[in-house]
Amino acid sequence: MKSLAELQAIKEKMKNKVILREGTNDTRVVVGMATCGIAAGARPVLNALVEEVNTLGLTDTVTVSQTGCIGICEYEPVVEVFEAGKEKVTYVKMDPEKAKRVAKEHLKEGKVVTEFVIKA
Amino acid sequence: MIRAHVLICGGTGCTSSGSASIQKAFQENIKACELEEEVKLVQTGCFGLCELGPVVIVYPDGTFYSRVTPDDVKEIVEEHLLKGRPVERLVYNDTGKDAPKVEGHVALGDTAFYKSQNRVVLRNCGVIDPENIDEYIAMDGYAALGKVLTEMKPEDVIKVISDSGLRGRGGGGFPTGFKWSLCAPNKADQKYVVCNADEGDPGAFMDRSVLEGDPHCLVEAMAIAGYAIGATIGYVYVRAEYPIAVKRLQKAIDQAREYGLLGKNIFGSGFDFDLFIRLGAGAFVCGEETALMTSIEGNRGEPRPRPPYPAVKGLFGKPTVENNVETFANVPQIILRGADWFASMGTEKSKGTKVFALGGKIKHTGLVEIPMGTTLRHIIDEIGGGIPNGKKFKAAQTGGPSGGCIPARLIDTEVDYDNLTAIGCMMGSGGLIVMDEDNCMVDMAKFFLEFTVDESCGKCTPCRVGTKRLLELLDKITSGKGTLEDVDRLEELCYYIKQNSLCGLGQTAPNPVLSTLNFFRDEYIAHVVDKKCPAGVCKDLLTFVIDQDKCIGCGVCAKNCPVNAIQKTDYIAPGHKLPSYSIDADKCVKCGVCMGNCKFKAISKQ
Repeated sequence: MKSLAELQAIKEKMKNKVILREGTNDTRVVVGMATCGIAAGARPVLNALVEEVNTLGLTDTVTVSQTGCIGICEYEPVVEVFEAGKEKVTYVKMDPEKAKRVAKEHLKEGKVVTEFVIKA
Repeated sequence: MIRAHVLICGGTGCTSSGSASIQKAFQENIKACELEEEVKLVQTGCFGLCELGPVVIVYPDGTFYSRVTPDDVKEIVEEHLLKGRPVERLVYNDTGKDAPKVEGHVALGDTAFYKSQNRVVLRNCGVIDPENIDEYIAMDGYAALGKVLTEMKPEDVIKVISDSGLRGRGGGGFPTGFKWSLCAPNKADQKYVVCNADEGDPGAFMDRSVLEGDPHCLVEAMAIAGYAIGATIGYVYVRAEYPIAVKRLQKAIDQAREYGLLGKNIFGSGFDFDLFIRLGAGAFVCGEETALMTSIEGNRGEPRPRPPYPAVKGLFGKPTVENNVETFANVPQIILRGADWFASMGTEKSKGTKVFALGGKIKHTGLVEIPMGTTLRHIIDEIGGGIPNGKKFKAAQTGGPSGGCIPARLIDTEVDYDNLTAIGCMMGSGGLIVMDEDNCMVDMAKFFLEFTVDESCGKCTPCRVGTKRLLELLDKITSGKGTLEDVDRLEELCYYIKQNSLCGLGQTAPNPVLSTLNFFRDEYIAHVVDKKCPAGVCKDLLTFVIDQDKCIGCGVCAKNCPVNAIQKTDYIAPGHKLPSYSIDADKCVKCGVCMGNCKFKAISKQ
């Protein structure tokens, strides 16, 4: 090791790989992954979310996790976004492309993607 | 893309309860579910809750699975990792006795065992893969060494450590910064840094956990110490009985050399430092600093008189600083976060945190790190989960064979160096053995004396002969042949050994006796005057008796007695149909089998 910069570079490279273990962040995104969700294609959605959160550099603030059946099987895949101090947002009938938009517009820029949100 | 981490404890405790086969089962099941690209398996060091091992933690949720068996793994993988439903029956979710009972998911940080801990020394244990230097670096690893070598002068380093108030965690509590400052000015062609990892107190295993869970932390800290005092070579003296620790530490040293964090010209600063492991054969006396250095030199591990102190004439006759593992493990954090941060934890004269190995009559056997000054009550009742089977707390032994006991009436003592010394105890390396009403204090003192008699190196007479005589007196007392004069003689001999022994082993060996004499003299008196053991432990003072009116005459006791000491009598108790049984005291070997087997609680020991 010749310099602090080298050390810093390793740290930056590794940070994303261990940050998962630092506990839950303020923003939690959960994907419904019960049988109904998986059958409807929840896994590609989950993977797209994880990937996009990483690409956008949001791992410090956003935790992507899974949950069981939310109870609205016909709307699967379902993605819920929990932010501290805000109302829960429920996205339905998701696919990987929609997931990427949610990551970019909602999680990064803070604008809820209303067109995917469940209608009352 | 990885979305979940499964952390499996690979510390010694969980390894012996089968964590290796669990890791294998996870590999197979993750493969079967095609989750290899999404889930990462990590073998970590000790999580601390050894009682509930093998332990598995799933992140990002922080779900804590306890007592996992290989058969449970399929369910965890299919339900939790694939479908996102934690397997509730395996989740440890005790949030404390006063907290409301929580159903479902409880994150690790909210459990009673973890929530009042403050992990500084153990911060990476159970969190990172100890065999991967990159993970350590991700957790700010080697940043302190970098800071020291590029921004600080050696005297600045010593000042920060002094200002932090860090004291030696090996037992004595000597101020670490002061120790370094005594060594730094001494001129020599070679100086040494030595780490005492010869953890010998029965029941203590915090140093092992750091070596197993975060070995790079020690490598980094020793290099910092080397820079501060002007040493270029370090030795870690660790016992060969810690194979996992030795393996991981060696791996850490190899990786650090490969990265140039050990060796020549570290960080381009011109500072050279290298580190070597020396294996001890497990002699308790080698935990004493001068004996340890004698052993590293290749000689028989015996202490030598001080002065000269190691700071002047230590290893190979050169100026040396020796600290224990836990002390070193605090150093990088103090450098990074500052002396004030460290000094903000703890009490006036004992700063920072202390790791305790909880053992004995307590629910959560394991390793806990708490701020200095936490009360014994909090440690036992909250973190430790209390005494099992509804028994009453009697005393806690700290400091192992060199320490003393804290009786129940002092349970609100704030645990730090000076408070423990004030009541005749000792912080020691941090073993904390909890005893309940079924423990005999005389027997406990005898247990530790047996240990020190075995471990006395024999060099000086007060320790070699004195401890043997102490043990003989204790034997006499516990076998019912003691007199009041023996108790006085016991006490007198204790003081003699303390004052005249050469090293710390002998000087502290009588402590368990003195401390129990101080707090539980009545138990000694009961043994010699009434010839009774109040806790019912000392076999020679016990008789097993059958209450003939409670005995229904089933004969189970007689059938199970290994020496046929139980016979039928002619007496039939009112209301019973069969004759009762009685025990022939001359034949009875006091094994207690009859009492354990009697369903009618008719047998008691007196």
